[in-house]
Amino acid sequence: MNDEIQSILSHYNSDKTRLMDMLWDVQKQQGYISEEAITYLADGLKMSADDVRETLTFYHFFLDKPFGKYQVYLCNTVIAKMNSYHEVREALQQETGCSFNSVDDSGTFGLGDANCIGLSDQEPAMMVDNVVFTRLTPAKVKEIISQLKQDKSPEEIANPAAIANTELGYVTAMVDANLRTESIVLFKPNRDYKSILQTCLNDNIPEDIIEMVTDSNLRGRGGAGFPTGLKWRMGRDAEGEEKYVICNADEGEPGTFKDRVLLSHSPKDVLLGMIAAGYAIDSRNGIIYLRAEYWYLKDYLQQQIEDFRDEGLLGKRILGKNFEFDIRIQMGAGAYVCGDETALIESCEGKRGTPRVKPPYPIQQGYLGMPTSVNNVETLACASRIIEKGAAWYNDMGTDESTGTRLLSVSGDCEKPGIYEIEWGTTLNEVMTMIGAVDPRYVQISGPAGDSLSVEQDGEREFCYSDLSCNGSLMVFDNSRDILAIVRDFSEFFVEESCGICVPCRAGGVDLMHKMERIIDGKACQQDLDEITQWSKLLKGTSRCGLGTAAPNPILATLDKFPEIYEEKLVIQKGSLLPSFDLDEAMSAHELAYKKLVGEDE
Amino acid sequence: MSVKITIDGQQINARTGDNIIDVAAKNGVYIPSLCYVKGKPCLGTCRICSVKVDGRVMAACTIPVSEGMEIEVNDDAEIVDMRKALVELLFSEGNHNCPSCEKSGRCELQATGYEVGMMVSRFPYRFTPHVVDHASKTIFLQRDRCIFCQRCVDMVRDERTGKKIFSIKGRGTNSRIEIDAELANEMTPQQVRQASDLCPVGCIIDKTQGYDDPIGKRKFEVKSIKERALDKEHR
Repeated sequence: MNDEIQSILSHYNSDKTRLMDMLWDVQKQQGYISEEAITYLADGLKMSADDVRETLTFYHFFLDKPFGKYQVYLCNTVIAKMNSYHEVREALQQETGCSFNSVDDSGTFGLGDANCIGLSDQEPAMMVDNVVFTRLTPAKVKEIISQLKQDKSPEEIANPAAIANTELGYVTAMVDANLRTESIVLFKPNRDYKSILQTCLNDNIPEDIIEMVTDSNLRGRGGAGFPTGLKWRMGRDAEGEEKYVICNADEGEPGTFKDRVLLSHSPKDVLLGMIAAGYAIDSRNGIIYLRAEYWYLKDYLQQQIEDFRDEGLLGKRILGKNFEFDIRIQMGAGAYVCGDETALIESCEGKRGTPRVKPPYPIQQGYLGMPTSVNNVETLACASRIIEKGAAWYNDMGTDESTGTRLLSVSGDCEKPGIYEIEWGTTLNEVMTMIGAVDPRYVQISGPAGDSLSVEQDGEREFCYSDLSCNGSLMVFDNSRDILAIVRDFSEFFVEESCGICVPCRAGGVDLMHKMERIIDGKACQQDLDEITQWSKLLKGTSRCGLGTAAPNPILATLDKFPEIYEEKLVIQKGSLLPSFDLDEAMSAHELAYKKLVGEDE
Repeated sequence: MSVKITIDGQQINARTGDNIIDVAAKNGVYIPSLCYVKGKPCLGTCRICSVKVDGRVMAACTIPVSEGMEIEVNDDAEIVDMRKALVELLFSEGNHNCPSCEKSGRCELQATGYEVGMMVSRFPYRFTPHVVDHASKTIFLQRDRCIFCQRCVDMVRDERTGKKIFSIKGRGTNSRIEIDAELANEMTPQQVRQASDLCPVGCIIDKTQGYDDPIGKRKFEVKSIKERALDKEHR
């Protein structure tokens, strides 16, 4: 094995900032990352083995134990649970002969859970190694597992026509794009990228590009809404031997999948946006941080990069100008928190995806300590249109303060889930009509970290940065859905995805989840609701990053919008004991512990 | 370069770039922290130094002072209670039974509990399983007391190779402190003592040390954690 590890090490020049890639290479070769491999890697990188494990054990999809020849991860989001998830889960266990979070006796199948894998418009869905299967039914599961047992590879099953994985057909064989609207800004077909870039470089110095993007009022589409032009201005002004452009393609917010569709159907928009960013801030290096859930896009994206290199749009002297820029793909390994730009940078450097202390901000000191502009996939795609059509064209769309359009990833109770491009300023009611939502009651925008809306109360509110500043995820729930169960799932999501580095998020998130369970169990009283409000304030105020500050959002927002569903569940406290305190259970715990300690007979 | 700021209404001249904890301490205002070590890069993990800066809650160790900042440490009841709540959260998350702990009297968490006036945790106690790692000759790790401050991870290194001796495995609620026993066995007695002293709780325990001083004469009883924090500044 040492030879294989040595060759991986030398491929990356024993550069420990590339540890993520090395771990993936080992795992793809050997199925998992053994103790022996860890030791060789650690020696080669002059790290302690525990230091390698720090990174390895942080990420959901890195395995330090064998997890079957085929690694199956079933997505378990609230949206999946609205679409026969439980039946599919049961079918998987039955067909593979193993239960979740274990491997079957023959070592063929490992079954695991996954949080949102970016397929909410076609759930239930699962990942098997590098590919995905969508719209699962028990019958479909039976068929897939039986073919795997007959030694057909997951790729062969998912892509029976054997289309090369560098082609769009490979991706669309597995997943639907579900593009529901005509192109306004994004998904413009047949763009001549070479001439767009040629014109752009001929007519503009970098400052012009920054000015154009500033004038367009484009703001970061990841959710925070930071003005893109200002970020690039700061990037240009920042001092550094190198500068970096990172495309954040780690969309992990449950319910969002717009970046998947942009990367599959308009990948070159994104690449062109990165090139523009590189030109603007004077960077030579771009990185696409691609979430591991999107492995099936990797070779396809790589091919798009190659195409651009062949056409002279990437490389040493781009289109004959004194401008150098190239792009590499960095795979993630399953961590929602890496959507935070500083956690993403840590991950790019081969470390745990722990959000950094800010300041300094990445635009001052980011990747490898150098000025780094981290931009969302959609932001970059928009920028590629702005440099083509100009700021005024873009400014004409949307509202005065929220210009242009917004992609919505729509899922849940509606007739037409999928991708919608709306102009900022569109109301919630208009969106509900567009997507064919019958009897919608509750809409969760921007994922669990975002806001909970009551269609009745919020229908006329507008999508824009000063009101509903949605990051793209939009999940619809009708009157038949159990809102409390949904909120509990969201709380659990934050507990599972907390990096654990700060106290309020790591410890407080668990307490909030337990409170939700107490409410659902009918054991909560008014004091529990009061404590939820107080503890939420603590998490929101003191957490280190957006994950912790957002973790209480679904509870607080639904408590505000749908107080009646909480009140219905409350019980009146009688006497001095809280209703959640079970005296018999508390006493039996002592008895059990005593028996365990001294044995049954005593 | 100096800047003018206020702490609890008191006008202060501070040096640009200094963080709020240091500036406050220099001016006699104690802000508790369990991860920050003066002179070392800020870790920003425990959040117990939370204060209000121009009305917004921020961790004092992470924020360099800048002109005109209005900082509330003790004047705002809400922020005082938030710091207390964070300490309580730690007491309920791990097993911190002071009377039976080797670190009692020398423990920063315990001492900070006294400073913030904590009587009992408002959060449900988890009663997490006790896990002790004896793998190293000189150190035992009482894992259920770790608060993941990262001091040992960031600040303790093998003197010969520069490798990490302590590390964190897993993430979130599954995080777990690890020790490289082989490297730990190479540590000098002095380094072991330093690592144990660096640990703000009773997680990294020097096997040769414990219950040495009688109650009443222990580190933070002789001089409180607050006095020490302020004193160091005046020196």
